[in-house]
This record gives sequence, C-alpha cells and structure tokens, in this order.
Amino acid sequence: MENALPLVQVTGATVRFQSDTALDDVDFRMFAGEVHSLMGENGAGKSTLIKALTGALPLDAGVITLDGRTVQFATPHDAQLAGISTVYQEIDLLPNLTVAENIALGREPRGRLGSIDWPAMRRLAREALADLGLDIDPASVLATHPLAVQQLVAIARAISTDVKVLVLDEPTSSLDFDEVAELFRVIRELKSRGVAILFVSHFLDQVYEICDRITVLRNGRLVGEYLTTELLRIDLVQKMLGRSAAALAARPRLDGYEDPDPSVTLSARGVTVLPGIADADLDLVEGEVLGVAGLLGSGRSELARALTGVDRLEAGIIRIDGQATRLSSPRRALSVGVVYSSENRRTEGLIGELSVLENITLALQAQRGILRRIRSARQRELAASWVEALDIRPPDIDRPVGTLSGGNQQKVLLARLLALSPRVIVLDEPTRGIDVGAKVEIQNLVGELADTGLSVVFISAELEEVLRVGTRVAILQNGRVVDVLPSDGLTTDSLLALVARPEEDES
Amino acid sequence: MSAVMKHRLFWPLVVLLALILLNTVSRPSFVRITVHDGRLYGSLIDILRNSAPLMLVALGMTLVIATRGIDLSVGAIMAVSGAVALTIIQDSGDPANPAVLAVAIGTAVGAGLVCGLWNGFLISVLGIQPIIATLVLMLAGRGIALLITGGFITTINSDPYKFMAQGYVLGLPFAFYVSLVAIAIVALIERRTALGMLTEAVGINPEASRLAGVRARGIIWGAYAASGLLAGFAGILYSSNIMAADANAAGLYIELDAILAVVLGGTSLAGGTFSIAGTVVGAFTIQTLKSTITFLGVPPAVTPVFMAAVVVVVVLVQSRRFRRFMGRLPARLRTWTSRTPDGAEAAS
Ligand SMILES: Nc1ncnc2c1ncn2[C@@H]1O[C@H](COP(=O)(O)OP(=O)(O)OP(=O)(O)O)[C@@H](O)[C@H]1O
Ligand SMILES: [Mg+2]
Repeated sequence: MENALPLVQVTGATVRFQSDTALDDVDFRMFAGEVHSLMGENGAGKSTLIKALTGALPLDAGVITLDGRTVQFATPHDAQLAGISTVYQEIDLLPNLTVAENIALGREPRGRLGSIDWPAMRRLAREALADLGLDIDPASVLATHPLAVQQLVAIARAISTDVKVLVLDEPTSSLDFDEVAELFRVIRELKSRGVAILFVSHFLDQVYEICDRITVLRNGRLVGEYLTTELLRIDLVQKMLGRSAAALAARPRLDGYEDPDPSVTLSARGVTVLPGIADADLDLVEGEVLGVAGLLGSGRSELARALTGVDRLEAGIIRIDGQATRLSSPRRALSVGVVYSSENRRTEGLIGELSVLENITLALQAQRGILRRIRSARQRELAASWVEALDIRPPDIDRPVGTLSGGNQQKVLLARLLALSPRVIVLDEPTRGIDVGAKVEIQNLVGELADTGLSVVFISAELEEVLRVGTRVAILQNGRVVDVLPSDGLTTDSLLALVARPEEDES
Repeated sequence: MSAVMKHRLFWPLVVLLALILLNTVSRPSFVRITVHDGRLYGSLIDILRNSAPLMLVALGMTLVIATRGIDLSVGAIMAVSGAVALTIIQDSGDPANPAVLAVAIGTAVGAGLVCGLWNGFLISVLGIQPIIATLVLMLAGRGIALLITGGFITTINSDPYKFMAQGYVLGLPFAFYVSLVAIAIVALIERRTALGMLTEAVGINPEASRLAGVRARGIIWGAYAASGLLAGFAGILYSSNIMAADANAAGLYIELDAILAVVLGGTSLAGGTFSIAGTVVGAFTIQTLKSTITFLGVPPAVTPVFMAAVVVVVVLVQSRRFRRFMGRLPARLRTWTSRTPDGAEAAS
C-alpha cells in the first residue's frame, strides 16, 4: 500500500480569509480503499481543507491531484462529477423539499420526455436510505425530521452516486450508537470497494475504530500523518492541542452542597407536547447537573423545549420555586431565568452574520427592551469578558460569528445565555462538534456553574459524558422520564442497557 | 485605499457620482446652481426636492426589507393619504387655516399608519407572506382612495399646503428638510436604541431570535407600521407638489423605485444587516437617474427600457461576485487560449 500512488494528493494548500490564514501550506493525501481521519482542534482548519479540496472554497495556493491528474474544482458540483462526494459539516440540504428530492437533487432520474421520474426517484431514495438502515418516507419533507435523520439523509445523498472519494465532515455529531454502527458498516463496505474515505470526528473512539490513517492539523498547519495503529491516543491529543493531555483532567465537583433538604428549582409534572413527550415528570434541584439520557426519538430535545417555553405545553404544569409558572414563550422563560441552548446552533442559536459581540449581548438586550440599549462600551466589555472566560478563539468580538469554527460558535451561544445570569440552563447537546480540549472545558464549566447554584439540565447522546457531568441521570423513553438515578452507581454499559430497555407495557 | 473600497458605501457612492458626472459631461449646466431671491435653483436642487417622497418611502422599505419582508403597498398608501388630506381640506371650506391643515395632515398620516398596522397584522400575526399580504393593500388602496375622493381628482388651493413640496426655507426646498428630519429620526431610533440590532437579528434568523427572547413579532409589526407612516408623509408631499389627490397616479410604481434604492444602497433583499446611509444614497441615485432620463431626452416610450438597462449595469457594478469575475477574466482568457491548441491541458 505504501508504494501505491495516492488517489488524492494535496500539496501546499493555503487558504486565507482576508488577513488571517486558515490553512497554511498543508500537504495531505488519501489512498484508495483507506479510511483517513483529519484531526485537530476547533478552528484547526479541517473543514477549510475539506472545502478547498471539494471546490467549495478557492485555494490561494497549492495543487490538488486526483488519480495523478491536476484538478481544479470551481464548485462542489464539479468535484462531485469527478467522483468526490462530500457531506459538509454544516449540512447543506434544502429543508423545504422532500427527503427524496434532497437525495436526488441535481441528478434526478428522468422519464422519456425529460420530465422527472418521481417513482424512480423515490425508489432510489428509499434504497439509499435502506443502505443506512433508515426507514423513513422519502416523500416526507426534510424539515420535519430531527437533525440526526437529516444528517443521515445528507450521507445517503453522498453515497447514492458512484464515488471514488467520500468526504464526511463530522457526520456522526448528532447520531446515536445504532446509527453510527450502520454508518460504519457502510463505510467498511465502500472501503472494500476501493473508495477513499475521509472521516472527520471529534470522537476519538470512532476515529480509532474506523480509520487507518490520521492527519493532524494545528492552527492551519500540518503536524503530521500517522498510521492509526502507530499513534497512541494520548500522543494524538498532544499533537492536536500542542500541549499535554494532562491539562485535560476533568475537574472534580465540589462536595459540600449536599444540602439535607435541597430546594427544588424547577419541577415539571405531566408535561406533554405530542408527539414528542407525554406525561413527563422531572425535578431539578438547585446546584445540580441533571443528565438526560435516551435514545434518538425518546424525546430528549422535545423535553428541553417543553421545559423552556419554546414549545407550548399541551398538558402539565411547571413550577419554579414551587410557583406554577406558565412559560408561554422563550421570552417569558428567559425572564424567570430558564434558558435553553438548542442542539441546532446554526438554525436556532446563532445569528450568523452578526458579530460575536452582538450575538453575546442579544438575549440580554432583548430582555432589557428596545429602548434601554446597553451602552457600546459596556457591550464591548461584556462580550470581551465572556470571550476571555470561555476562551473563544479568535478573541475578536467584531468578527461575524458564522466565520468561527464550530466549537467556538457553541461557546458564543453559551456566553449569550450565561450573560443572563440564569437560574436554570437547559443544554441540548452542548458539546456537539467540539474538540476534545474544549469539550472538557465546557464540561468543567458546567460543573463550575452548578457549584454557584445554577441548575443545569445536560442532554447528550454520549452516555459517557452524561455520566461524567451529571450528578443524577434522568432516563427518557418514549417521551417519558422512566427513572432518575444517581450517576455514581452507573457505568456507560449499565446506562445503555437502561435507555435501550424495551418497555414492558408496550409491544 | 483598499479600506476605502471595502466600505459598504463605496460602490453606491461611486455609482451616484458617476451618474452626476455623466450628466455634467453631457450638459455642463447640470451642476450649475443659481441664486434667485436668496433661493437656490438648479438640477441638483431639484433632485434634493423631488427625491423627498421616494426618500421617505425608501427609509420605511429599508426597515421592512431588513426583517426579510417587502412592502408593495407604499404607493397605494400614498394615494390614500393624499386623498384623505385633500378631501378634509376641500370639505373644510377654509383651505388656508393652519388648524384645518394640521387636522388634515394628522388624519392622512394616521391613515398611512393604520394601513401599515394592517400589513403588519397580516404578516406578523396571521403569518401571511409579505408579498401577498401587502399586495392586498397595493390593489385595494387605490380603490379606497377613489372612494374617499368620490371618484374624482380632488384639487385644492392652499398656499400653506403647497409650501410643503414647493416652498423654500433658508434657500433650500422645504421638502429636503422633511427628508433630512426623517433620515435623522429613523437613523437615531435604529442606532441609538437597540431596535436596529434586534431588527437585523430577526431578519437574519427569526427562530434563533425568538429563542433568544427577542420580540420578533412586535419588531416585524413595527417595521410595517413605520413604512405605512412614512408612506403617509410621502403621500402628503406628493399631493402638495401637484395640489391634487390623484388616486391612480399618486405613488405609482414608487414601491419599485424604493426597493431599488434600498438594494442600490447595499441592503440585501434576503434581510438582515441594513444601511440607512446606503438607502439615502440609493434614493438620490434613483432620482438622479430619473432626471438623467429627462435630461438626455430619452423618449417616454423607451424610458423603462433605458431605466432597466442602467439598473442592470449599476447592480452589476455593485455585485462583489461580478467584480471578482471581471477581475479574473483576463487570467481565464489566457488559460483558455493556451489550452485550446492541444485540447485539455494534461497534468504533468
Ligand atoms: N468564512 C470565513 N471567514 C473568515 N474566517 C473563517 C471563515 N471560515 C473559517 N474561518 C476561520 O478559519 C479557521 C479554520 O476553520 P475551520 O472551520 O476549518 O475549522 P475546523 O478545524 O473545521 O474546526 P471545527 O472542529 O470547529 O469544525 C478558523 O479560525 C475560522 O475562524
Ligand atoms: Mg469543521
């Protein structure tokens, strides 16, 4: 294999955004029949390299060869025609179209008169989805599906053509274990057919499970290329961060707030928002982190939305400090100190074209009202202090937030909510797409916040994380909280058994 | 230099200055300003004066477009407002009485506001698409105006009323001051309060804004109300200029000019970040373009074609992508020509 010519070879790739260099003279190669991972911190330049490779961004310098030929793609479509299929980190599907249309877009099967052959299109879509073990109606509108399904649809779209090179930028960020397993099965199959696969993920376990080779980037520069079997995890982390992994120790929670009679900040009884959650009960104690674990479709996000006024309750009651409170809108919830961070930070979180500063101050300003504008100097001070506290990089508060890397965008969203000094914060997948270093930082931050008396609901598809961060874990099944257990007595495996346990009273 | 070129007002200003230059070259008297009885006269002064209704409407349109909307009903609202004002003045029998004028103008502008509130209600509360919602009033408004005037073109004779569009203060047209005041008030409200930033947030991402606790509905409603109010004022200026309420001609196609002015000023129709200063430049550009057309003696029948051609050029000049394309064109042509002899260039 070492003698074989690389299928894809990138030499001296450089991409600049105005004054800053996102990718600096990077060499990168991929072999046929190999799964390659690109690793690096948030903002290291992984997505930028992928975009440059696949025609989504122009290279300022550098050469790309495919099968030994120099290529230059003006658009992702050109790359697609050359056999490079890509699922970008920011899923670029059309939410208003059906699943089948999204999969076939740009290469719809045609009938005799050149009209679209709808039955054939749906059949193709169904097959592509079945490949991934996904059984949804191809004629349904994409936006009606959760993010995880949309992510799978994007992957189905990418593999439904003849591919030579498959590029997946954080494809598993919102998937559960079962979906990841299906995806890996497909990846292995493509690999055996000689496809070169680029797989980017912040989950080290996944990288070590599926990848043959790893290229590490740091600050837009190449650190090196390694065989997975020859690179210890601890060394990988060290190479990614440029500092030792010891700095990443999870911070122990303070004890001492083991109040004999802890006060319940928020309690929910019989909360129902169909079809997501039905008759859910939950108590949230002051200063605790309540982890929420459940399978995809168990109502994790729906519960979060119901608790924070985003979706109207159809039945049930929410009490804050014992007082029944109608959270009729997010605005109302924010005003009583209940805040929500959506799993979908691009569509429901950040205002992409506005600056980091405006994004951080947005909720606070909205609370104060239109007329009581926060003074500019105060705004800058506030934003700068959060940028520093959460180590948002680059520390430039005037940059449009959409140009930040994924992890840093998440931190901006957190900063916005924390600036409100909330009492209850509901975090839906707050570490999605965040690198190993920042992930531990955010987990630690959640712990620190709880130590100051904030109550946190922490939702994650990663059970390990739920256990690590949560003091107690609520187990969600079919839209109901079936159990709440202290996390001390649980292991990832026992928790998995609990969330996946079939309900006795259902067929 | 490049910092200057990157400024968002750079290209809008270049276009405006180029138009003025074009006019000056073809007829030097264009930039001449003469003084009579302490008043300034000249084509440029006419532009300041005549652009006032468009300026008011374009300011409102800017706010609406920033919320991702559009207001097609502004011309019809102008017709309603003019009809209300002139009917009140005519019925009063005392057209020069300041109190009558105050009531007439107040009621007319109020009618504009009500129209704007109606649009805002349809869009922000009922969730109707802006283009459809404002189409309702665009079509119905002129009918309402005709009902108010009883189907006639109401004319009046009132010097104080006439003063608004045709009078002079300190050497400059009064209408220009109206523009200035409107610009100042809108700019102040948008940038001194948080309204501007919140409007942009709602325009860029309504759902994220709602989740952040922004009153998205109120902000959208307010934008249409402001647009209606400003169109009401524009209707007064228009009717004052011709001293008549012409339900069919008042503000005809002004919605298109206003949208164009906003776009020329660099505000995207996709909503979000907007520029009041850009709109001001855009409105002057449209007005200059109109006087250019008269100036160059373009026959009325082909005026729309001429206007369209100029607009295409102007929009292209302002398009970053087009400029980049043109900038790369020489290089592309070179690679093309070097490739053609032996077909596609093979990689080494
Ligand atoms: N459109 C843009 N304008 C300006 N800077 C940008 C733009 N897109 C990316 N950048 C910058 O380029 C750098 C690399 O970003 P990139 O998205 O490639 O990171 P990444 O390695 O994919 O990170 P993540 O793990 O968070 O996805 C970052 O510093 C980012 O701020
Ligand atoms: Mg990325």
